[in-house]
Amino acid sequence: MVGKEQEEIEKELSKEYVTLTYADYEEGLKAGKLLGLKCAACGGITCHPMPVCQWCSDRRLEKIELSGEGEVTTFTVIRVASEGFEHDVPYIPCLVKTKEGPCVVGWLDFDAESVSQDVIGKQVKMSGIHTYNGDKFFSGEHVCPVFKITE
Amino acid sequence: MRDVAIIGVGHTKFGRASKTSLELFSEASLQAMDDAGVVGTDIEALFQGAALPGFEEGQVMPAAFSAAELNLGPIPATRYEGACASATVAIRDAAMWVSSGECDMVLAGGVEKALTMGTAFATRTFAMSCHAPTEGPVGLTFPGVFAMAARRYSKEYDIPLDKLREKMAHVSIKNHGHGALNPLAQFYKKMGNLKVEDVVNSMMVADPLTLMDCCPFSDGAAALVLCPAEDAKKYTDDPVYVLGTGQGSGSSLSKMADLTKPVSRIQSAKVAFKHARLEPKDIDILELHDCFTIAELIALECLGFFEWGEAAEATAQGETDIDGKIPTNMSGGLIGKGHPIGATGASQVYWMVKQMRGEAAKGNQIDPVPEYGMTDTLGGDFGTLCHIILGRTKK
Ligand SMILES: [Zn+2]
Repeated sequence: MVGKEQEEIEKELSKEYVTLTYADYEEGLKAGKLLGLKCAACGGITCHPMPVCQWCSDRRLEKIELSGEGEVTTFTVIRVASEGFEHDVPYIPCLVKTKEGPCVVGWLDFDAESVSQDVIGKQVKMSGIHTYNGDKFFSGEHVCPVFKITE
Repeated sequence: MRDVAIIGVGHTKFGRASKTSLELFSEASLQAMDDAGVVGTDIEALFQGAALPGFEEGQVMPAAFSAAELNLGPIPATRYEGACASATVAIRDAAMWVSSGECDMVLAGGVEKALTMGTAFATRTFAMSCHAPTEGPVGLTFPGVFAMAARRYSKEYDIPLDKLREKMAHVSIKNHGHGALNPLAQFYKKMGNLKVEDVVNSMMVADPLTLMDCCPFSDGAAALVLCPAEDAKKYTDDPVYVLGTGQGSGSSLSKMADLTKPVSRIQSAKVAFKHARLEPKDIDILELHDCFTIAELIALECLGFFEWGEAAEATAQGETDIDGKIPTNMSGGLIGKGHPIGATGASQVYWMVKQMRGEAAKGNQIDPVPEYGMTDTLGGDFGTLCHIILGRTKK
């Protein structure tokens, strides 16, 4: 009979390509941890997780926990929100360059009326999470890290 | 591979439309076919940019129905989705199909009905072209992303934010000035004489971007007929040739090395210049993706028209005005003309063709007519970039 053995096809399917799933990453955030991946080839850290190293594309990745510390590279204050965020305005999305290298996007815990360009470059640490309850297009509860200035 | 020409163009009025997307796209297509002097049976394939039809009219697969609406027969008809760059990606692929010899006459363009959705829902659906897993829960919006880029620009080039805002305002003043002169623009005869204070004191959307730093939500469509360059003169005395195209893809915001120097745009533009065997100094006019004032400055630098960090001051000095070094967005751009996202790339090409024929509106037409022009279209937060270089003569 021509064709391939079912067992062989099943075995191929069982190979895992994702070391840290996005769901596990979000679970980590909920537990107060910023999880990522360390690359065996270049030593670089990938965060948020991807199936390959974000710096060199190698697949030999190991799950690690980042310090949650870093520096604000930019931010904005959202005054006109998209549907689902009307009750959150004003809020402050920010980009943080972590001590370990990769940037992550999150919220900055700061007074929206007094925040200024001066916060760029300030040291921050992950202090919690913001929970988004999802909508009919992106169902389920989703989270992002919240950062607080430490200096 | 064959050279490709544009032989007909069509464009609906941008703004709020009561017509359906199918009707809008048909209107632009029939104009383009009339302009080229061709009929439906001449068209061998349809390439349609449409970013959000599922949310606007509960319609997916709009390209097939667009072909049906025009009675084009059972030809290949494909929807292209690259957020706000959808139409440019469609046109680029259309040109490739003609270039390859697969087709001798195609219709390409785009359509969108974004204004109809209302601000809150439109903002939600536009934000879908942000990276959903990481940027979704953050509630990032497009103005938010470009506001972050503006703050980065201010920091990077040591331009105090309030000074940068004043320089950015000149993009809005210029583009609204030209939009007000363009009968097809959403803001025709409106806001043609803005002042810096009008822009910086307008309602804050995402700090530091005000409403007047942003393009509007819009409905509209635009379409083109393309054929091999060697056949073009059979249809028109003024064909416009596709000299080079480029396309690039970006990442989530957090994986971008520098918000002010998006690699996707730099790479895409470089490929387009290489194909066209031209350099920025050869280009006479630009239609580029000014979804926000800061976006125009970043684009001007990525394309190589100004040094890094110098586009803000150059714009304030008038170097992108009609009589400046490189006239930019003489149609009004997205800010003055409107931004029906899936149609925008086709609208940019439409206005480039009109400029090359000397048919742009008085006050917007550059003199002498441009020899070479370039369009730049951006989708998402630098996720999809596409460039087209056009010329009045084959290289
Ligand atoms: Zn690596």
